[in-house]
Amino acid sequence: MSDDVLIRVENLHRYYGELCAVRALNFELRKGEVLGLLGPNGAGKTTAMQIISGNLAPSVGRVWIGGIDLLDDPRGAKTQLGYLPEQPPLYREFTVDEYLGFCARIHGIPRAGVRDAVAHARARCGLREVGGRLIGNLSKGYRQRIGIAQAIIHTPAVVILDEPTVGLDPIQILEIRDLIRSLGEAHGVIVSTHTLPEVQAVCNRVLMIDRGERVLYGSLEEITRDGGDHGLTAAFRHPPQAAEVATLPGVARVEALPDGRLRVQPKPGADPVEALVARAVEGGWGLYELIPERTSLERLFVDLVYRDARPGTKPPSPAPVPTEAA
Amino acid sequence: MIRTLALRELRSLFLSPLAWAILAVVLFLLAWLFLAQVEYFQMVQPRLVSIPNAPGITAIVVAPMLGDAAIILMLVAPLLTMRLIADERRNHTLPLLLSSPISMTEIVLGKYLGLLLFFLILLALIALMPLSLLMGGGLDFGTLAAGFLGLALLLAAYSAAGLFMSSLTRQPTVAAISTFGLLLLLWVIDWAGNARPGMSGVFTYLSLLRHYESLLKGLFNTKDVLYYLLFITTFLVLSIRRLDADRLQH
Repeated sequence: MSDDVLIRVENLHRYYGELCAVRALNFELRKGEVLGLLGPNGAGKTTAMQIISGNLAPSVGRVWIGGIDLLDDPRGAKTQLGYLPEQPPLYREFTVDEYLGFCARIHGIPRAGVRDAVAHARARCGLREVGGRLIGNLSKGYRQRIGIAQAIIHTPAVVILDEPTVGLDPIQILEIRDLIRSLGEAHGVIVSTHTLPEVQAVCNRVLMIDRGERVLYGSLEEITRDGGDHGLTAAFRHPPQAAEVATLPGVARVEALPDGRLRVQPKPGADPVEALVARAVEGGWGLYELIPERTSLERLFVDLVYRDARPGTKPPSPAPVPTEAA
Repeated sequence: MIRTLALRELRSLFLSPLAWAILAVVLFLLAWLFLAQVEYFQMVQPRLVSIPNAPGITAIVVAPMLGDAAIILMLVAPLLTMRLIADERRNHTLPLLLSSPISMTEIVLGKYLGLLLFFLILLALIALMPLSLLMGGGLDFGTLAAGFLGLALLLAAYSAAGLFMSSLTRQPTVAAISTFGLLLLLWVIDWAGNARPGMSGVFTYLSLLRHYESLLKGLFNTKDVLYYLLFITTFLVLSIRRLDADRLQH
């Protein structure tokens, strides 16, 4: 096993009675990677994270953290681990400083280093002003950040974050994403989420699971490259002929959609948007809507998760979904 | 590591009004009973002078007070032990401990010792009452020490049983009522054996009360101490096993 593999998961299974929550999961996390764990609700994301963090024993399979087997030497493996569960584990009657101090101590930071560790974690998570406040009196966003501070206080090699941006406002989400990206430079990070833009914003590797099984695993570039180039949908007040648009540089194909819009498929690697807009102004076409098609990750997600349509569920319509700005 | 956990537990206790309320109520009740016993002693004192080998003030005032303390604390201890693990479950704070490099044994011992520290503080405050009698006379320190050792062991046993009950559930109140039920049962268990001579030995041995009574009389018997130590170890091991089983839940 090479040195920079931080987490190795082999053939992981987890049963709850008859229900198999995680089935035959294999993956690796290397240093410098941010792995996005994706999946619909109930796919087994949280179960997988609970197993890797030592909160749940696997039914079958093994987990190595930094080369140490989690089941053979849990203490050694867990020193390299920071974990933020779905619900931040906070003692509400403590102040932020007291709580983080306690977390530092139980993660094996010597007494003399606690003050620095707490100050550092607070600074990284934007908690500078609230050190003396009671956790119970702080807002949800702050509590989430305290939860993240708790997970990184001992600068572990691996940080596992279960839906870290839930309940935060958009500015805080951007800050936390920046934090995750910077964590990913020196450590390995696993982030679970069900918002796709988040994966595209922070992750460089994706593991998609559905009903406990791995359906997709690879680097973000590989996945988006395989997904092909994105099309555009444009709406005009005075629609031009499709053939006319097709002559624009960078356009591979144009088709007229039944609602009067045009779907523009660009040539690989080309971006025809500017040319299209310039020509639309010139020709007085009255361009009033220009939507990039759903990103390939989203298309993949829908394709993979709904590939064998479950009884009673239909794949969502292929209309472009406005994505959250990342 | 155990110390960090124990101190956190103690701090959490004192950050909640419950611990203060319990200290106040228990000390008030015991002070009342103590004063009543002192009054009684003053009443019978003239008669005691004429009896050879008469019981002293320690036997008349302190032993009954410690006997009452054992019952009052049986009612109160479940209220303190109920939160130990059930509350962590309910507030979803257990993952913090489980994903840290600490073993289940350390978690359980840390919580247990934190609670014992609280009870030691309580015992020290209770001990001030009999010690105040030194202002007016002498005490039998041997009996006093045996009595307090008995109460300390009893509280340690209550805590161990309570900790185990707390590890079984996520509802603190359920933990409290089951702890109380268990303790009361073990308190009166020897009442059942009286009718049938063959069984009475087992029930008498299991009784929390019997072992405490002999210590209150000033009789230090290793058998009694061993009983409490066995009791404590059993419940601590059960708690560790129970927490371990959480990870394996089906």
